[in-house]
Amino acid sequence: MINNSKIKESMPTRSAKERAKTFEEVELGYGEETAIKEACRCLSCMAKPCVSACPIAVDIPGFISKIKTGDFKGACAVINKSNPFPEICGRVCSQEKQCEKACIRRKTGEPVAIGNLERFASEYFENSNENSELVGKSNPQKYKIAVVGSGPSGMTCALELAKKDFDVTIFEALHEFGGVLVYGIPKFRLPKEILNKAVNKLKLRNVKMINNCLIGNTITIDELLNSGYSAIYISSGAGLPKFMNIKGEGLSGVYCANEFLTRINLMNAHSSDYDTPLTELGDVIVIGGGNVAIDAARCAKRLGTGEVTIMYRRGEAEMPARLSEVEHAKEENIKFEFFKTPLEFVGDEDGKIKEIKYQNMVYFGADNSGRKSVIPTSNEIHKMRADTIIIAIGSETNPLIPRSTPDLECDEFGKIAIKSGFTRTSKPFVYAGGDAVIGAATVISAIDSGKKAALEISKDFEARS
Amino acid sequence: MFEILQKTRFNDYTVHMVLKAPMIAEKAKAGQFVILRTDKFAERIPLTIFNADSAKGTIEIIYQKVGVATYKLDKKSEGDFIEDVLGPLGKPSKLEGYKKVALVSGGVGIAAAYPMAKVLYKNGCKTDVILGFRNKEFIILEDAMKSISNSIEIVTDDGSNGKKALVTDMLKDKLEGGERYDAVLSVGSIPMMKAVCDITKIYKIKSIVSMTAIMIDGTGMCGGCRLKVGGKTKFACVDGPEFYGYEVDFYEAIIRNRMFKIQEDRAREKYCNLYKGVKL
Repeated sequence: MINNSKIKESMPTRSAKERAKTFEEVELGYGEETAIKEACRCLSCMAKPCVSACPIAVDIPGFISKIKTGDFKGACAVINKSNPFPEICGRVCSQEKQCEKACIRRKTGEPVAIGNLERFASEYFENSNENSELVGKSNPQKYKIAVVGSGPSGMTCALELAKKDFDVTIFEALHEFGGVLVYGIPKFRLPKEILNKAVNKLKLRNVKMINNCLIGNTITIDELLNSGYSAIYISSGAGLPKFMNIKGEGLSGVYCANEFLTRINLMNAHSSDYDTPLTELGDVIVIGGGNVAIDAARCAKRLGTGEVTIMYRRGEAEMPARLSEVEHAKEENIKFEFFKTPLEFVGDEDGKIKEIKYQNMVYFGADNSGRKSVIPTSNEIHKMRADTIIIAIGSETNPLIPRSTPDLECDEFGKIAIKSGFTRTSKPFVYAGGDAVIGAATVISAIDSGKKAALEISKDFEARS
Repeated sequence: MFEILQKTRFNDYTVHMVLKAPMIAEKAKAGQFVILRTDKFAERIPLTIFNADSAKGTIEIIYQKVGVATYKLDKKSEGDFIEDVLGPLGKPSKLEGYKKVALVSGGVGIAAAYPMAKVLYKNGCKTDVILGFRNKEFIILEDAMKSISNSIEIVTDDGSNGKKALVTDMLKDKLEGGERYDAVLSVGSIPMMKAVCDITKIYKIKSIVSMTAIMIDGTGMCGGCRLKVGGKTKFACVDGPEFYGYEVDFYEAIIRNRMFKIQEDRAREKYCNLYKGVKL
């Protein structure tokens, strides 16, 4: 019953017109029939290149074959063996750069829509014995473990440790749990209910969750160790946003994407019930080519009435953003200006942004990572009008934990240094992972570090007991 | 949730609150602040920790009613709860090694200046305090400040306390009169701190300013509180709030602090229409 169609079952999507002014989820998810049809495109090939291409090696053919037979709960259980949060990964992973890129069906057509199927299966998660891999009665009795930060990495580590009966507490600085999943990723991509569902898995496993607590300031790492925590996993996230250090970055109307997105996603600035404001956006230019840039642009489009343009110094093929989000952004009438780099933001007499000066760029060789580099095509300077600028060019490390933990070694960029295995730091009983170690990366790599940390922590403690 | 243990109205606009926050109280030092969100719909705003008592597990804040966030906070009474309080944030003030300083404060800046003065006093530093207020009604903590300072000058914008002057006039008088300081520490409005720096520069005196900025998370993540200091981007929440005054781009700081002015004014008007009788 192989489905030989060369193209994927299309993802039902809210129309561009309908979603222009709403933060309701854009992609609506497969129905059962569509999911089975798409699942039948999987050849269950022996090589399983998709599994090798998945950072956490989800048994992709395994869960897809369950969908083929209509065993949706079983499919979810298969995923949960390696991924506790398919409802998140199915929505935010760049499948086209990972599992789907490796899919054997790409040789003759489109790959199997693995991400869409993962998302479909995640809806059949059950808090039952059938899904005992993930949820059962936890009986915390072993060591107390502190997890710093409730983003995807911390959530994963906490859940995995709780499954092994560790007594886990998550410390979160913000008032809500989820880290970047709350303040960074907009609700039209990851609805609040879905995130709540994921967070709830931790509560079902008796993970204690403390908000409004900034580790490094409210409590230091050493104080945690001295107050009964046997180990600490630091997954505090990427930290400080990067800026270009060009003239005019401090003008009124120039946001960094983290601030812009936090105002909307965490503080609900788009809703009149909430007090946190946003400026009148007018014509918006977003600088950057990653998911954060696309998210900011799409939020701006929903909130304003002006043009929204994404300005990126490389070409479209080099954008780190998730493909389907780029496509959605285009449908939503967001303009793209490739091969352009801002030189200066120009303000009016009140210090409000009015235009951007930029240069055209062209590819020239590659950087150390093999990524294409760009240089200006000429000295010619161009101008573009703007009422709002949103800078989304990545982030640097947050100094708060290293500053208050003198014996925690960092690398030259200020990232927490790993001394052995994947997550062991220079400080005994202190582990680290996620963006705090690897720099701004993906949700799946954060989940991967969380899993590795849980494994290393439990290994180290089993050796002790 | 954080309980309000005590609420004291200093005057129509300025209020003192004692909050139950044991973990923050344990750590708080002069110069640090909290981010506070009164209820689920409110903004997150930074407020200086005026005092902390680790034995009682309490922190104290002083706020002036200036916008919706502080009006909302002011609606709360003793026994009520505040949704979120995060802290202590920012670097503690560096107050060691001084023999004599001038401490210049404007308005509710005294909430930060007073704990600094206390530490300076404990360190055996002679502190000449200059306090500026809008008018007589706004003067707070005069006696408390007097007891720990070498000298104290209080001026008002309208002269209603008998002394109409700017804090910078008083500082200038002292410096022209031959007073010399290891440092001048200022905390208040950005134009005031800029004016202080303009004067101290003439006398080549170290000038430390305490920058206020719009913040959301207060942990360095959002980048909203960024400032240009020494030509580099700094964050008031993790690098500050204190900076060397001569390095700060005050013009940019002023622009950034009024980025949401239209929205803030509109929100305040709406709020005051909703709750008739709230004084603007």
